[in-house]
Amino acid sequence: MVSDRSKLGFYLLLAPLLLWLVTLIILPHIGLFIVSISEKVGVREYEIGLGNYAVFFNEPLYWRTFARTAFMSISTTVLTLLLGFPIAYYIAKLTRGRTKTTLFLMCLIPFWVSELVRTFGWMILLRETGVLSSFLQYTGVIGGPVEFLYNDGAIMVGLVYTSILFMIVPLVTTLDSLDDSLIEAGYDLGGSGWSILREIVIPHAMPGIVSGCIVVFMLSLGNYLTPILLGGKDSLWFTGLIYTQFITRFNWELGSAFGFLLLGLSSTIVFFGLKLSRQSLSDTMGR
Amino acid sequence: MAQTADLECCDLTKDFDNFRAVDHVNFVVPQGSFFSILGPSGCGKTTLLRMIAGFQFPTSGDLLIKGQSMIGVSPNKRPISMVFQHLALFPMMNIERNIGFGLRQRGVPSSEIKTRVGRVLERVGLPGIQDRQIGQLSGGQKQRVAIARCMVLEPDVLLLDEPLGALDLKLREHMKIELKTLQAEFNTTFVYITHDQSEALVMSDSIAVMNKGKFDQIGTAKELYYEPANSFVAGFVGDANRFEGKVTALNGQIVSLITDAGITIQGQATTQVPTIGQHAQIFVRPEVIQLSKDPVPNKENQNSIKRVVNNVLFNGANSMVILCDPKSGEKIQVTLPQKGAFLELDKGDTVYTSWKPTQARCFTSEVH
Amino acid sequence: MKFGLVSTTTLVVALAASSVSSETLRLLTWGGYAPDDVITMFEAEFDHSVEVTTSNNEEMIAKLRATNGGGFDLAQPSQDRIASAQEEFGIYKPIDMSRVDSAQFIPSMLGATATNTTFDGQVFGLPHVWGTSGLVVNTAKASQVVDYIDLCDESIAGNVSYRLKRPTLIGFAYAMGLEPFAAYSDLEAYQSILDQVEETLVACKANVKTYWDGGDEIKNLLRSGEVLAAMAWDTGGWQLNEDNADITFVAPASGALGWIDTFVLPSRGRADTAAYDWINFVMRPDVAAIITNTAGNFTAANGGDEGVNADLKARYQGSFDQAAIDNIKWYPPVPAGLEALEGATLDRISASN
Repeated sequence: MVSDRSKLGFYLLLAPLLLWLVTLIILPHIGLFIVSISEKVGVREYEIGLGNYAVFFNEPLYWRTFARTAFMSISTTVLTLLLGFPIAYYIAKLTRGRTKTTLFLMCLIPFWVSELVRTFGWMILLRETGVLSSFLQYTGVIGGPVEFLYNDGAIMVGLVYTSILFMIVPLVTTLDSLDDSLIEAGYDLGGSGWSILREIVIPHAMPGIVSGCIVVFMLSLGNYLTPILLGGKDSLWFTGLIYTQFITRFNWELGSAFGFLLLGLSSTIVFFGLKLSRQSLSDTMGR
Repeated sequence: MAQTADLECCDLTKDFDNFRAVDHVNFVVPQGSFFSILGPSGCGKTTLLRMIAGFQFPTSGDLLIKGQSMIGVSPNKRPISMVFQHLALFPMMNIERNIGFGLRQRGVPSSEIKTRVGRVLERVGLPGIQDRQIGQLSGGQKQRVAIARCMVLEPDVLLLDEPLGALDLKLREHMKIELKTLQAEFNTTFVYITHDQSEALVMSDSIAVMNKGKFDQIGTAKELYYEPANSFVAGFVGDANRFEGKVTALNGQIVSLITDAGITIQGQATTQVPTIGQHAQIFVRPEVIQLSKDPVPNKENQNSIKRVVNNVLFNGANSMVILCDPKSGEKIQVTLPQKGAFLELDKGDTVYTSWKPTQARCFTSEVH
Repeated sequence: MKFGLVSTTTLVVALAASSVSSETLRLLTWGGYAPDDVITMFEAEFDHSVEVTTSNNEEMIAKLRATNGGGFDLAQPSQDRIASAQEEFGIYKPIDMSRVDSAQFIPSMLGATATNTTFDGQVFGLPHVWGTSGLVVNTAKASQVVDYIDLCDESIAGNVSYRLKRPTLIGFAYAMGLEPFAAYSDLEAYQSILDQVEETLVACKANVKTYWDGGDEIKNLLRSGEVLAAMAWDTGGWQLNEDNADITFVAPASGALGWIDTFVLPSRGRADTAAYDWINFVMRPDVAAIITNTAGNFTAANGGDEGVNADLKARYQGSFDQAAIDNIKWYPPVPAGLEALEGATLDRISASN
């Protein structure tokens, strides 16, 4: 009896989560999948087939765009890690109490405004008549106005800025849990800063590094606004392709197929990333 | 001339923003000895240890290891190893990599690391556990691995920061003996800090009692116990009953004082003899107090007082009895011999206590 | 921005029958087509309330497709995009001409729109606002730009912007001496035109600063001087002209592209009465003039230009002489399937280096 009742309670508690998963995640995806395997043969005529998926592999434009998006997202992830790690280390290990909270809040502040506003902020800074160009002309570093916007570099800057918090938070959490005495013990036993970082700090922070990387990678891959706005004419991004298929081409079938390919391919990349770093998803996300 | 001391501190001082943690500390630790620094928490012993290890820098004074000044030498360059309070074993490495960490930093070839790790594990009595993970070890095994990790580097001095604190009582008792044995085995200088006087008394060749940043006394366990230098040491090292009162009479080194409760007692002042009218304290160890069922003739100032049993704390050979002065309610602790007439002693019984004034120590009260 | 299917079903609550007089008009339109003062006047005169959602052609169709023609009571896509969308998705319902005060419309535009939006013998669209796209040029610095193809001129390299959308393909095709509208019915011929335009636009890409996306973006680029010549809407050029006399709209030599935005009734709209009331209300000459003054574009309302302010009229006349007006290329209805070809072309241009 008791176990029956506790089971009931368990399912009742689970119900909202299940409802949420089923109605907002699973059902739309099933619908999307059905759309993705419908091939258009004429006006309001469809038949089932994998033609939409074949389009992706047969048209170099599409898979190249995906490869480019994935490559840039990986670069963004690496760059975010390189920038975020020292910041997280500083916050977690070298500051205490109030300073720590303040620094953490400072990382959060940009996220109080919407992504659109943040991106426009970067546009104001980087455009030809923008703050950076004017400043460099004023200081005489450059002779005439320079366009910093509308290139891959601008996209990277925007993506790193957008996602760095999601790297810092898990890193601070894992680094916080690293006992200072382990680092001291490392020094005491003759370790140098570099060897302690490599043998003690990074292995300890690995779950945080991996979960941060997964989040940043997925965010970058799925980002739409930043690459479109900052990339300008070179802003080829896979989500942009999906948007175009859905909205301007009225080709939901291909758009849905692209959506599933994005899901599958990004999961594959994450899977290999986990294998490479010898971490498991439950290790990294369970923290 | 004997060889140079392994560790020497000269006027070592450490100031923090608003207080002095370590105040002109001087001591010398000869090679191969077990030196303990004993003090209550907050006395500055951890700061002192961290200065020796190199994690903190002294404000003034000098620190010498084998005659070499360590001022400005970073922790990874000092011929010192430290066993941390919570051991600080690296959970991301197995035992072999843990112990081999220091050797790797020195660029020792991996084959040699392997043999040296194997050898040190044998010496600490844990052969063949190289491939295990830290989590698979018991508390005592971790302790020995932590020592092995330091000893494999053959340091001149091994620092130990209350490493037994996290262990349960039984294991702690066992490890005390084991640490002493290991120290003898390696013949390395150990500097051990603790707030637990029994750890210090059992293991050490020499003990420094630290209070408020200063060393109150340095000596062997016996010296500290029987000849405390001041009231702090008398009260901190070992158990003692403390009486406080006004000095009424002096007889050479024998001081008589009257407590607030109106009882007159005597003790011996070995350091500074107080003057009449001054406030003073008398410390009496529980084991020097004699019990008797009949009044003791008070001819030789035997401090004979009638008391009532308040409580009996049975603990085998270490049993104690709490006695209460019927007039003032003042309580004292007395060792209860587990033989003869006092076995049946029970709450409410009346007994007489006495001790020889030469077995009690009298110190001038500190002026507050 | 989030992807994911908007729920494919809408809850149709049986509220529609409850009242005839008081309805909520859910209007899917372009920015500027439903100014606040017009809404206030409408709500005061009729017992309806108005909810406005602003959008563009593609999004309007995508939204209505997602809901099978529900969620809105009146939409305003361009007239050339109606018949094909109706054929593919069936998202509109026919116009009941008996409920429209057709005397308020300029007869020629009403007729042309009716022809272009007829599907299966039924009319689906009424004309509302019309305008053109052509060139917006900083005449002090880039007066040499008189046609779309001039945007690829080396003299203004890096200071050019246009949209990566179908009007650009068509404009360039005309400027290259091709006849894209004539090839609408012949997919093969149209593909060959697209291929030539693609080649030109890929070569031209180095000249482009960025492809613009929204009206405010291109106005900003022109105002700051970062862009000197662009393919854009006439109203944008005239608005910039107010602040900077050098910048104005130029009708291209090969002809401006003329569009007419319409009224259509989504197939599952619930407030038809309010929709017809709105149509008849905004086509009154006085209300039409208010909309022209706000949106910057003229309407299909009879006598609607009388109340338009003189500045706007002057700018319009400055950009269009009679020959330029006669030369406007009005978009014919887009046959179904054409957009897929154009889409592939646009994707390839976007991906080229």
